[in-house]
Amino acid sequence: MKFFGLIWKNAWRKKIRTSLTILSVFVAFLLFVLLNAIGHALTAGAPLAAAERLIVIDKITLINLLPVSYAQRIASTPGVDGVAHATWFGGYYQDQRNQFMQIPVQPDDYFGLYPELRMPPEQYEAWKRNRTGAVVGKALADTYGFKVGDRVPIRGTIWPKKDGSMLWEFDIESIFTTDDPRGNTAFMAFHYDYFDEARRFGQGLVGWYILRVAKGADPVEVANAIDTEFANSPNETETSTEAAFGQSFAKQFGNIALIITLILGAVFFTLLLVAGNTMSQSVRERIPELAVLKTVGFRDSTLLGIVLSESVLVMMIGGVLGIGFGWLAAQVIGQQIAAFTGGGVFLTPMALLVAVALMIGAGIAAGLFPALKAMRLSIVDALGRG
Amino acid sequence: MSEVLAELRGVTRTYRKGKTSVEVLHELDMQLPAGDFVAIMGPSGSGKTTLLNLLGGLDRPTHGTVNVGGAELSSMSNNQLSHWRSSHVGFVFQFYNLLPVLTAQKNVELPLLLTDFSGKERARRAAIALDIVGLADRAKHYPRELSGGEEQRVAIARAIVSDPTLLLCDEPTGDLDRETADEILKLLQILNREHGKTIVMVTHDPQAAGFANRTLHVDKGKLESRAAA
Repeated sequence: MKFFGLIWKNAWRKKIRTSLTILSVFVAFLLFVLLNAIGHALTAGAPLAAAERLIVIDKITLINLLPVSYAQRIASTPGVDGVAHATWFGGYYQDQRNQFMQIPVQPDDYFGLYPELRMPPEQYEAWKRNRTGAVVGKALADTYGFKVGDRVPIRGTIWPKKDGSMLWEFDIESIFTTDDPRGNTAFMAFHYDYFDEARRFGQGLVGWYILRVAKGADPVEVANAIDTEFANSPNETETSTEAAFGQSFAKQFGNIALIITLILGAVFFTLLLVAGNTMSQSVRERIPELAVLKTVGFRDSTLLGIVLSESVLVMMIGGVLGIGFGWLAAQVIGQQIAAFTGGGVFLTPMALLVAVALMIGAGIAAGLFPALKAMRLSIVDALGRG
Repeated sequence: MSEVLAELRGVTRTYRKGKTSVEVLHELDMQLPAGDFVAIMGPSGSGKTTLLNLLGGLDRPTHGTVNVGGAELSSMSNNQLSHWRSSHVGFVFQFYNLLPVLTAQKNVELPLLLTDFSGKERARRAAIALDIVGLADRAKHYPRELSGGEEQRVAIARAIVSDPTLLLCDEPTGDLDRETADEILKLLQILNREHGKTIVMVTHDPQAAGFANRTLHVDKGKLESRAAA
C-alpha cells in the first residue's frame, strides 16, 4: 500500500494518454458486459429450464403449427404428467419497437406446468372469467407501466381478427411474479379459446406443446415415445428438453456464443495492443527515473511489481467503469431482447468473475514486457542516458 | 587519520563494446577514510564515474575487491546490494533525477518507502532533510516549480534522508551557474563537517574540487593523489 501513491502518480503522469487508454478499456468492458447480458438474454431459456419439462415442436420448423388435437395423444403417452400448449402471437404495443412475447394459452394447463410463476388466486380466477383478459409478468409490467385493470391494445403482426383488424385488446387481470431472479416475467399470456375463436385463420392449431414428465419416468424415453406416436403423420414432431428448445430458439439469431467470443476476442486483443503500447511508452520515457529508484535501493522485483500494478490499475479503473455503465446499458437494451426471448437480463456472478480476471490478466499482460524491461534495467547504462 | 570507510584493492573494470573489451580501471587501489571529502577529477572516459559506481554498489569490479563500511560489495547479490544501498549510501546526480510527478517532499521520502517507517514518520524525516538543505518551505512544490539549484538541494535531501554514511556525487554542480554551484558545494561541506558524511565527488571543475579536503586524479584507469589547493 505504501507504494500506491507512487503508482497512482505514475499512472497519471500523462493525463490525456492515460485517459484515452482508460477509455479504450472502458469500451472493451462495456462491450463485454453488454454482449454477455445480451447473449444471456438470447440463450436464457436454459437457466430457467426445468429438467422435467419437455417441449414438442414441428419436426421441420418451429414456425409450422401443430394440431390442438395432439394434446390428448401427448397426455396419454406413458410418463406424461401434464400438457399445455402455447402459440407465438408476435404483436407489439403502441410502437413497433415495443415488441415482447405474447402467447395464447389454456390458463390451468399452462400455469399448472409453471408453478414458479405466481399471482394472487382471486386475480387468477378473475382472468379465467374474462375472455379478453390477460396476465403480464412483472418485468413487462415494469417496462411499460401496465397495471391491473388496464386495457392494453396489442397490434398483431401474424394473426388478424375475423374482421381483418390487427388490433387486439386485452384487460390486464393480474401481474405474475417469480422467486427466481433470472425468471422470465417479460411476457403476456391470454386465453387461447378467445384467440382461436377470433382469429381469421389457423383454427385448431397451436405453436408448441409443453409437457411435464412424471416422477420416475425417463425424459428421453418419453420424448422418443411422443415422436414415434406422430411419425409419418402430416405434422411429425421433435421433442426436446426445455433447455435445448431455448437454445434452438436462440440459434435463429445465429451462433450467439461464437459471435460474442469472436467480437470480444478482437476487442481484447486490440486493447492489449493499445494498453501494452501505452505502458511501453510510459516506461521508456522514465528509464532514468527507474534507474534512480534502483539506485536508492528499490529491488528488481519491487520495480516489476510497481510497473505491473500501474498497468493493472489503469485496467481496473476502465474496467470497473465499463462494467458499471455496461450493466446500466444492458438493462435498457437487453430488456428489449429479453422481452422476445424470455431470458432475464443480468450479469451472472461468473461473468463478473471473468471480467475481474480479464482486468487483472489484461493488466499483467499489457504491463509484463515493460515491467520486465524496468526490472532488468542496468543502472549504469540507464543513468548514462540522463 | 580516522578509520577507513571504503577500500578498493586491485580493482579492474572492463566493459565489452561489441567484440572488443575496454579496460576503464586498471588494478586500482584506494582507501577512503571515514569523514573525508574527496574530489575525483580526470579527463572524460578516465574512469571517474566507474569508480563512483563501484563505491556505491551500482557496478561490480571485473577483478579485485570493494569494501565499504565492512561490507564486501563485490560478493553481494543484486538484492543484497539494493538493500545495502538503501541504508548506507546516498547519490547525487548532475541532472538531479527527481521524479516530476512527485512533490519535493515525496521525492525525498522515496528511499524511506523501503523502510518500515509509517507515513507520518517518513514525512517527518523528509521534512528534517529538506530543512537541512534549506528548502523546508518548498516541500509541496513539484520539481518543475523549482530552480536548478533548488532541485539539486532536493536531490541532496533525498540522498541524506536515510542517514547514510557515504554520499556519492556525480558532477553535482555540472548543470548549475557559478553562484548556485558554490551554494551547493558549501552545503556539501556542511554535510561533511557538521553531519559527518563521507563524500566522494566527481567533478570536472577545479573550483568545485577546491571545496573538498583533497583531490584524487584518475587517468587511464589509475589514481594519483594531490593535496587540496
